[in-house]
Amino acid sequence: MTYLAKPKFHHPAIELNDLGFTHRDYEGAISTLCAGCGHDSISSAIMRACFELSLPPHRIAKLSGIGCSSKTPTYFLGQSHGFNSVHGRMPSVLTGANLANRDLIYLGVSGDGDSASIGFGQFAHAIRRAVNMVYIVENNGVYGLTKGQFSATSDRGSKSKKGVMNADSPIDLVTIALQLGATFVARSFSGDKDQLVPLIKAALEHKGAAFIDCISPCVAFNNHEGSTKSFDYVRAHNAALNSLDFITGRAPITADYAEGTTQDIALHDGSTIRLRKLSLDYDVSDRGAALNHLYQVHASGEIATGLIYLEDDSSDLHERLNTDERPLNALAEADLIPGAAALARINAGLR
Amino acid sequence: MPIESVNDFVVRFANVNGSGSASANQLFARAIMRMGVPIAPRNIFPSNIQGLPTWYEVRVTEADHLGARGGTDLMVAMNPQTWDKDVAAIEPGGYLFYDSSRPIPASKLRTDVSVIGMPLTDIVNREYSDPRQRQLFKNIIYVGALAALLDIEIGVVETLIGEQFKGKDKLIAPNHRALHIGFDYAKANFACPIGLRVRRADKVGDRIFVEGNAAAGLGAVYGGATVCAWYPITPSTSLAEAFERYCVRLRTDPDTGKRRYAIVQAEDELASIGMVVGAAWNGARAFTATSGPGISLMQEFLGLAYFAEIPAVLFDVQRGGPSTGMPTRTQQSDILICAYAAHGDTKHVLLFPRDPHEAFTFGAQAFDLADRLQTPIFVMLDLDIGMNQHLCAPFAWDDARLLDRGKVMTHDELEAGRDFGRYLDVDGDGIPYRTYPGTHPSRGSFFTRGSTRDRYARYTEEGAPYVDNMERLLRKFETAKALVPPPLLDKAAQPTRIGVIHYGSTGPAMDEAVRLLGADGVHVDALRVRGFPFSHAVTDFIADHEQVFVVEQNRDGQLRTLLLAECGIDPAQLVAVLHYDGTPITARFIRREIAAKASVIRTPARREVLS
Repeated sequence: MTYLAKPKFHHPAIELNDLGFTHRDYEGAISTLCAGCGHDSISSAIMRACFELSLPPHRIAKLSGIGCSSKTPTYFLGQSHGFNSVHGRMPSVLTGANLANRDLIYLGVSGDGDSASIGFGQFAHAIRRAVNMVYIVENNGVYGLTKGQFSATSDRGSKSKKGVMNADSPIDLVTIALQLGATFVARSFSGDKDQLVPLIKAALEHKGAAFIDCISPCVAFNNHEGSTKSFDYVRAHNAALNSLDFITGRAPITADYAEGTTQDIALHDGSTIRLRKLSLDYDVSDRGAALNHLYQVHASGEIATGLIYLEDDSSDLHERLNTDERPLNALAEADLIPGAAALARINAGLR
Repeated sequence: MPIESVNDFVVRFANVNGSGSASANQLFARAIMRMGVPIAPRNIFPSNIQGLPTWYEVRVTEADHLGARGGTDLMVAMNPQTWDKDVAAIEPGGYLFYDSSRPIPASKLRTDVSVIGMPLTDIVNREYSDPRQRQLFKNIIYVGALAALLDIEIGVVETLIGEQFKGKDKLIAPNHRALHIGFDYAKANFACPIGLRVRRADKVGDRIFVEGNAAAGLGAVYGGATVCAWYPITPSTSLAEAFERYCVRLRTDPDTGKRRYAIVQAEDELASIGMVVGAAWNGARAFTATSGPGISLMQEFLGLAYFAEIPAVLFDVQRGGPSTGMPTRTQQSDILICAYAAHGDTKHVLLFPRDPHEAFTFGAQAFDLADRLQTPIFVMLDLDIGMNQHLCAPFAWDDARLLDRGKVMTHDELEAGRDFGRYLDVDGDGIPYRTYPGTHPSRGSFFTRGSTRDRYARYTEEGAPYVDNMERLLRKFETAKALVPPPLLDKAAQPTRIGVIHYGSTGPAMDEAVRLLGADGVHVDALRVRGFPFSHAVTDFIADHEQVFVVEQNRDGQLRTLLLAECGIDPAQLVAVLHYDGTPITARFIRREIAAKASVIRTPARREVLS
């Protein structure tokens, strides 16, 4: 398959954002994924979120590994630099990129094979290092490009398209991310744009490691009866924790947080995420309760979606390393090279 | 007859790992250097924290032979576990210094060496009650005794102790006391000095005494590296640690405490090279330090960096392989895995520093080369260079020197409408232009991938663009020939048809071997290769000699293989001289091998070099 450019004509009255961009300015090449692939819906949600936040596309760096999900950065944010790295190793490349230039926005796109199998270690370490990024796993529970093998997130007892039963326990990346100290943890469903777009917007504004596990049915290999990651199954078992609305603002708003009301949570940069609490005993700021809730929902055969955990006083890798406020890739000789005089002093100490 | 020698002998200390002997032994070595006499010390240590045997060898060499010599003139035998081996290693006529607190049967001694027994344990037990003090001061006491035996100026040792404990002044007097206990005992009980003597000279000059890894780490600072991602592995660990140490001193804002560098100890070697690739893709100068097993793990990313054309610097401090091999012994056995790292058709640029001075110089230069060529650059150190202190020329820096960032298209150039294609060969040298992410709102962005693409970085599976790209990569490699450090020729005093090619840490031993061979009437021209791809000067050198010895420290003649593969040489023309037991190659070994092989070389009709 070769690169396919998307035609650029559009309706003259198309909506503009604060930068004067249309949502077409956030598009990429034409997708070569299967028609109906959940990943394309996620790409669409990413574009919508970036458009609504008025993010300059060229200030976003999009990085991925290998696999169907990792192909998707080609299909959104065409003015962004993209990096399709090697299988499962996107997190390290993104970490390095982030170290080089802390001023860009980093979007890591991965899949369940990419992040839960070969890249499980790199996923874990990027999360625990608090790399400032949005890490989206497009989770379809199957290897699509190699035509239908189970992945590490496939549920035990679920069936492959060929009718084979999966005997292994699944890895729940959301639980893992919580345990590793991620400060923004969410799960969503590619078919629920109302939930996914505000989640991505909030994640983009979050400082630190923001993780979104997005269930994304594979129409070719994992959308059949017996699959627990099919469109029908997920729609039938989706237990939304909260209904979401994202507000960009600079003044943190505090609100009571009672059942049936909304809660505004101030993010680090001053923007705010609004939650509608559906469960009386659910609190997005309690990591332990979030873990407990996930177990309970899972045990009941449901899939918890929504914002699962948020730490509003989060930090990132640069803060922990105490690096210069300027991007390291912009430092010049005077900042970097100690010079001949310093070298002479070093020489003197080595005699 | 006891050996008699002034400023030309080898002392070897046999100790127990973890006994605190390292600093005492270094004190001994530095004292000789401070007397103006060149030294070449080497650690021989186990892959172990405590308990196993360790040795420290000091070659005292007024003639400036800085390679390992082989053999031991004075053995300081402080490890009963290795007694037999240590005693056997002494040259006939040499000296054995040992702790005589417990009687040693005559059968355990040699009659052809001079035996000097000093009751060290009895002395420390009498002088000190604390077990740790007994251990540490025993080491200082034997340094004091050796100072008397070898005529080392005690004042020089005292000064060094003062420098060592500067800021911890309470420790100075007790160490001086221990030193004098040993010195005075030796003066009172032995015929001092013995046949081996140190005499003040003026042969050190302005040279510095430093480990190769520290030098390379400092080179990375001066090369402008801002991102270091690494995973601990012997013998490269101290390189990353040195980089951090120098950065703390030299790259930390004194007012804010902010750091103009980032160091991450990655979870493994795969992540460390991944971070380097990500950082370099984003315009930072980035490196990792590793050894052979780490290089093995990095193969996939190295292929990506080569094909996607991303700068990266790798310091490979080679050790004995394959597999875990000999983790604390030296070899030059990563040449081929680095030259051709990753699957598919790949070729990488290698630099071969000889000593800490070049480790610094090449370390800094590697970052310019990586940016200029947009490809991984390997600085091929080894344990002998990296983890030993060497006398070498002082580090030098030209303040007018600017970082060569290579072909990076700027915002203004893009704004001016300059055509940008990530993989366009605009200048015909095989090197395309790149942009840093975030440069321009509408121009210059591209997609980096390890799969094939056209000149504008657009994914394609067509054959012609793939071939076009691969051919351009070869053109770039050709360009690299003129950019890597050129080989250096040491021409024989008289015309000869015998040539020797060598590289890296073999250099000092080779220099000495050339002189020894010349004295034997075997004249050789020696070419020290300092970079791969090989410049035309290497091919010409081989063509100009009937027979060329390739001296290296591995089993399979890896540089020789590379020469055959890349330069189209007749295999019969290159004769391998190989040393690979994990110890540094010696001039004695090279001399013996070449003398033996040169004597049977016939002089057939001149072979034509294959083109």
